[in-house]
Amino acid sequence: MKALVVENLSKNFDGLQALDNISFSVEKGERLAIIGPNGAGKTTLFQLINGIIPPSSGKIFLFGKDITKLSTYQRASLGIGRTFQITNLFSNLTVFDNVLLALEAFNFTRFNIFYPAYSYKKLVSKAEEILNEWNLLEKKDDLVKNLSYGEQRKLEIILTLSQNRSLLLLDEPTCGLSFDESKNFVSMIRSFSREYTILLIDHDLDVTFEIAEKVMVLHFGRIIAYGNPEEVRNNPKVQQIYTGEER
Amino acid sequence: MREPKYNLKFIIGIAILLSLLVLLPLFLPSYYIGLFSLMLIFAIFSMSLDILQGYTGLPSLGHAAFLGIAAYIVGLLNVKVFKGCNFGIELVAGILSAAIVACILGLIVLRSKDVYLLMILLASSMMLWGIAFKWRSLTGGDDGLPGIARPDLSFIHWNLGNTIHFYYFVLLFFIVSGILMYLIVNSSFGHILMGIRESEIRMQSLGYNTWLQKYIAFIISGIFAGISGILLAYYNGFVSPSEFHLVTSAEGLIMVILGGVGTLIGPAIGAVIIILIKNFISAYTEHWMIILGLIYIFTVIFAPEGIYRIFKKLLER
Amino acid sequence: MIFFINQIINGFVFGMLLFLLAAGLTLMLGIMRIINLAHGSYYLLGGYIGFSIAKYTNSFFFACLGGLLSIGILGIFSYKIILEKHFTREPLAQVLVTFGMLLIISDLCRWIWGGTPLAIPKPEILQGNINLGKIVVPVYRLAVIILGGMILIFLWWFQERTKYGAIVRAGVDDDEMTEGIGINISFVKTIIFGIGALLAGFAGVVGGPFVGLSIGLDIEILLLAIVVVVIGGMGSLKGAFCGALLIGLIDSFGKSLLPELSIFTIFATMFIVLAIKPSGLFGIK
Repeated sequence: MKALVVENLSKNFDGLQALDNISFSVEKGERLAIIGPNGAGKTTLFQLINGIIPPSSGKIFLFGKDITKLSTYQRASLGIGRTFQITNLFSNLTVFDNVLLALEAFNFTRFNIFYPAYSYKKLVSKAEEILNEWNLLEKKDDLVKNLSYGEQRKLEIILTLSQNRSLLLLDEPTCGLSFDESKNFVSMIRSFSREYTILLIDHDLDVTFEIAEKVMVLHFGRIIAYGNPEEVRNNPKVQQIYTGEER
Repeated sequence: MREPKYNLKFIIGIAILLSLLVLLPLFLPSYYIGLFSLMLIFAIFSMSLDILQGYTGLPSLGHAAFLGIAAYIVGLLNVKVFKGCNFGIELVAGILSAAIVACILGLIVLRSKDVYLLMILLASSMMLWGIAFKWRSLTGGDDGLPGIARPDLSFIHWNLGNTIHFYYFVLLFFIVSGILMYLIVNSSFGHILMGIRESEIRMQSLGYNTWLQKYIAFIISGIFAGISGILLAYYNGFVSPSEFHLVTSAEGLIMVILGGVGTLIGPAIGAVIIILIKNFISAYTEHWMIILGLIYIFTVIFAPEGIYRIFKKLLER
Repeated sequence: MIFFINQIINGFVFGMLLFLLAAGLTLMLGIMRIINLAHGSYYLLGGYIGFSIAKYTNSFFFACLGGLLSIGILGIFSYKIILEKHFTREPLAQVLVTFGMLLIISDLCRWIWGGTPLAIPKPEILQGNINLGKIVVPVYRLAVIILGGMILIFLWWFQERTKYGAIVRAGVDDDEMTEGIGINISFVKTIIFGIGALLAGFAGVVGGPFVGLSIGLDIEILLLAIVVVVIGGMGSLKGAFCGALLIGLIDSFGKSLLPELSIFTIFATMFIVLAIKPSGLFGIK
């Protein structure tokens, strides 16, 4: 069964056609990279799949189910997880609280209006475990707004991955990470099982081509190329767009 | 492991504060005790607003709607129906009225954001003001509804006509409300509210039905504001349309900001300060409004994060 | 029929007054994103200052000038010294500060001019009535309507046709961009705020003869101005004008036909607009 099917999806912002009649599908377990110059519509595509903005026309199917009219939180519970290109964290809360919120979401503790989340030991230890894996444990009581940009970017990824969503929309995940951290990130993603389907936007073409099994190229809101990495790399139209483009 | 809110210093501090409040009548004359009743009533009001504004991030200039509706329901039942106080029914009716207004209003307004939310809540409260002001036959209009009797607690030997007894009556409500609100903001739910305040989109992407959480917060906040309205009706012995007016909402908001948005205790402190100044300073000069105004301006310039946070920072030295 | 026309005229007159207030407020709220709760206080203070000037100089003209200039200066001063430095983006702080100013000005007014309601006498040339067919209209009220129209035209011209207006329209939202092309955004914002305040003060004097000056008027008129701005659309002069006339009419008809519901109706209209089309009749966004 296909994890994601996008059918004739368009988005028009007051005259600006951000996405123009896009159709594609993603198999379960597949790693699809979406590349294209700035303004091509990549993040807009994610916003539409995620449910943050409604399409002007078209449909989206998640694991066979039509989610076009569903709201963002409903799509999240159906399995969509997303990281944001512009860091979207809870700045005035601590690192620990940020992770806890991600973990609580699909956990019944959140219906409690009298007990704090800290009293749920399982959640707490899971949060500590995750932070430890990413080397952020010592900073767990720091406010997010006081973290460095790179640390915030790491946390951005952590929040999403900690939820074990089956369709991951990763928007510029390595942006802000050091060379080593990027490498670690790539091997981590490569080690994910086929239970996870991944859509990746990343300006770093090395990262992109190491993870991607299929690549889709967007330009001015249209798909101008789609195929496996080799095909796309050798596609003259794609090369033309990227000539002079900084890596 | 991190448990910031329940640490020992804090609990001791609160315990001392509460003891002081309980022992207050021993060393203050009854005029001030009466004033403290008013302070505690508005502390409940401002804390309830903080849940909405400080924790959930929903700005409001219409919180008086809940205080007013509960106060008027108590007044109407007391003066027109029971011709005396039927505390049980008045209490339940007051709380229920605030809850119902919140339920209905919440369905309409929670789609709005920022300035628009601020304004639509302002409009809501002023609509109620318009009704209270003009529907003379029911509400007494501008003159208000005088003659509200206090509850008869003679079965526990309390005479609420006595300032000190009434003070303990209010103090009881304050402590219970305070504890409940405190537990709520420090619970998972409170946490979620803060997440919504910081980034609603992120919360939605993480799977939270943020509208529902906001709705619940709105109702809870409204209920506690209603409680302050009920107590105010008994305190004053009458209700008037000003209970619904922008000025009341604005004062509540000011108490929150002055004390410290999102700290719960800060707004309570803010309430105490403002009521104190209004009543205390007015004994010495009729120009207390200028003084209050200057305090607001200086607070914003020199202590924008609120008095409570400054106090905490000083303590940490 | 006569009654009907009289109500319309009264509604328009009051509407023009509201327009003067709302014009400034809509720019402050809609474009500069500043919540100025002291706007009604500007009206009142301007009116009182005008009253005193009229009393001592017997000149309505100087009263207007005085009211307008003094509040304009007050506005510039408030903005530069207090508002700009400390919270251009913090709405809560603005509420606190401007409410503080409201209290201070309100107290000052009571201190200096006392608690009894006052009225500014109409200027001689505008006294008396005009007969338009069967309708008797005070000359002064007609003058106010004409004045309102003139100010609308002037403001519209300023906004649509001048360089500064273009800056207002385009630049105030994006400070960095505007400064990047060499425009002193702080100066522009100060001027806008000053003009808004000036109009409010001027309105206070103009309204002096028929609305009068009294305690509590600052809040009353602030609320109406807010309603107008919301209904018309924040940031829209056209909206401020139409909204002001609408509220003026509702107020006028409401008071005479449905006094019990007039206040409720005004706020209910604001509520409905916000619930259905928050950007108001002509607002941006």
